[in-house]
Amino acid sequence: MNIASLAPLAVVLPILGAALTFALNRNPRAQRVVSIGLLSLTLLLECWLLASVWTTGTASVTLGGWLPPFGVVMVVDQFSSLMLVVSSVVSLAVLVYATGQGMADGDSEAPVSIFHPTYLILVAGVSNAFLTGDLFNLYVGFEILLTASYVLMTLGGTGPRIRAGVTYVVVSVVSSVLFLIAIAMIYGATGTITMADLAVKLAGMDPGTRNLLHVMLLVAFGIKAAVFPLSFWLPDSYPTAPAPVTAVFAGLLTKVGVYAMVRTETLLFPGDTLNAPLMVVALLTMVVGILGAIAQSDIKRLLSFTLVSHIGYMVFGLAMSSVAGLAAAVFYVAHHITVQTSLFLVTGLIERRGGSSSMDRLGGLAKLSPLLALLFFIPAMNLAGIPPFSGFLGKLGLLQAGIALGTPLAITLVVGGVVTSLLTLLAVARVWNRAFWRKPEDAEYPDRVLKDTAGVGLLPRSMVGATAALVVFGVALTVFAGPLFHLANNSAEQMLDRTAYIHSVLGDNAHIPGTAAPSVQSGVQGSGK
Amino acid sequence: MSVNLTLLIVMGVLYACGIYLILERSLTRVLLGLMLLANATNLLILATGGYAGLAPLFSKSTDPHDYNDPLPQALILTSIVISFAVTAFMLGIIYRTWALARQDDIQDDAEDRRVAKTPSFDAEDDSVVPEETSEFPVTEVPAAAKEGATE
Repeated sequence: MNIASLAPLAVVLPILGAALTFALNRNPRAQRVVSIGLLSLTLLLECWLLASVWTTGTASVTLGGWLPPFGVVMVVDQFSSLMLVVSSVVSLAVLVYATGQGMADGDSEAPVSIFHPTYLILVAGVSNAFLTGDLFNLYVGFEILLTASYVLMTLGGTGPRIRAGVTYVVVSVVSSVLFLIAIAMIYGATGTITMADLAVKLAGMDPGTRNLLHVMLLVAFGIKAAVFPLSFWLPDSYPTAPAPVTAVFAGLLTKVGVYAMVRTETLLFPGDTLNAPLMVVALLTMVVGILGAIAQSDIKRLLSFTLVSHIGYMVFGLAMSSVAGLAAAVFYVAHHITVQTSLFLVTGLIERRGGSSSMDRLGGLAKLSPLLALLFFIPAMNLAGIPPFSGFLGKLGLLQAGIALGTPLAITLVVGGVVTSLLTLLAVARVWNRAFWRKPEDAEYPDRVLKDTAGVGLLPRSMVGATAALVVFGVALTVFAGPLFHLANNSAEQMLDRTAYIHSVLGDNAHIPGTAAPSVQSGVQGSGK
Repeated sequence: MSVNLTLLIVMGVLYACGIYLILERSLTRVLLGLMLLANATNLLILATGGYAGLAPLFSKSTDPHDYNDPLPQALILTSIVISFAVTAFMLGIIYRTWALARQDDIQDDAEDRRVAKTPSFDAEDDSVVPEETSEFPVTEVPAAAKEGATE
């Protein structure tokens, strides 16, 4: 039996966990054991999947016995299994952190009995979106994770969270409606919603219709991934949520959007019709995002803006549609999920130790808590792309691919990428200078806790441990960057080639349309009419 | 593929009203707008199923072309359930907004307003640097020791 046929368990186990923890809502201890245990089990399964895909190649599972063009399929290839493993590592670390926080606070501030089931549903939605090979099932995956995220975003129902939640829910619903319209139109045009089948059928279509469908999908995913003109909801809504919730949103939700964009660009609409607009969008996302970050005085808001800004790097890698560019983008996604989440977790610790996440109120944290300073410093430098960290390696890969491409637009983006990296360094250095380095007396409105050296016990061990584990995982991505880049390169080759994906779903006799030719051919047909 | 013109016109009207309503600042109207958009999309999916036909229950005597396409209806069912859940949640949030703030409008982000009002001059970054920035006490180095060090 092929181990890939166990892939649906990556979705089923968290949902099972959600049901169990919901039933156990009177017993927080049992909830913690069940959710952490089941998530660890899921992580083990996903590591196993990654290993099996690495040796035997892409595999697919048909659900319910309906054969591919009709039923729902799940496809495990190198990219999706890598995303599964990284996302599970991150969500496990955040779960341990949140549990530690809940235990320390006596679960008094928020209805935490709801937290565990909702969190597991979120994880199930993310796994479903990564695994599915069916466009409508991708929509369902998005809805599962979004609905869970609405609840997590407004946890506790305080004024600021409700205010932020309203914007978030409305924007997400609009993007879902757009996605659904795109699915309906694609079904109307081709008669199928299985992605592998679409890859075959969309190739021979009239270029006008094809571009319309392409743009609609990209806009819908662009809202979720927060690329520039569609990104204004994110810094508005993320910072108000509880620290672990913001951390997991920052790590996973936007990356699911990026993942969907990657699949759209490589599997459904290969070729370079929209590469130039995507590059412009990537440049604007990077530069506008980071300029927003520099203006902020609240660490959480600043990090939300760097999150938006760095999505631009991934879109840049995607827009080059070369193996080197796509490989660097895949590597960058894995790096960014880890680093951005750990920075948000550290901010949660800063808020706890220093009494606030506003830089006007902080100071002297490096002396007060050297461990906290270390935990902030490593991922901050990693995010800014200081060598030897993985952020540097990912950016280097992107810049090399950009220079290899050599078009004026690509060179502009290379310059924009370097500038953004320097500005990111400026932004995190400001946090370091103000929150960690200066004396507490120098802060504009210093908090009382800053002078209180007796507050060492304020940071529960499990919260610090979970953050430290994630920081170490981020460093491990640097140490094992060689094999990881190899994996990213292989998955980029597979995605651009498409043969393995389509054959694993539709069988070995399926016709693979040429990658570059069809748009030209159908263009001739279109003008002939 | 044949389509039902009435359904298409209804769909267009629903989209127009829905988009108008979600541009309002009142939350209840935004919610109504979202519901209209969701229903318009359901009609669109229904239209992709093509002409109306027999219920897709298999019988040997029926010509395959007489069946209706069942897939869009399955999709609509799923999307109805999802929009139902989201609508219920939105209603909860709107009620909570009313309970907390006694108003039905979308509110501004206070931190965002504050950042927008910040002057471009930042006291810490832009003010004139004082002469002595070192935190260490300045000790005069004797001239003789300096010369000794250079030699």
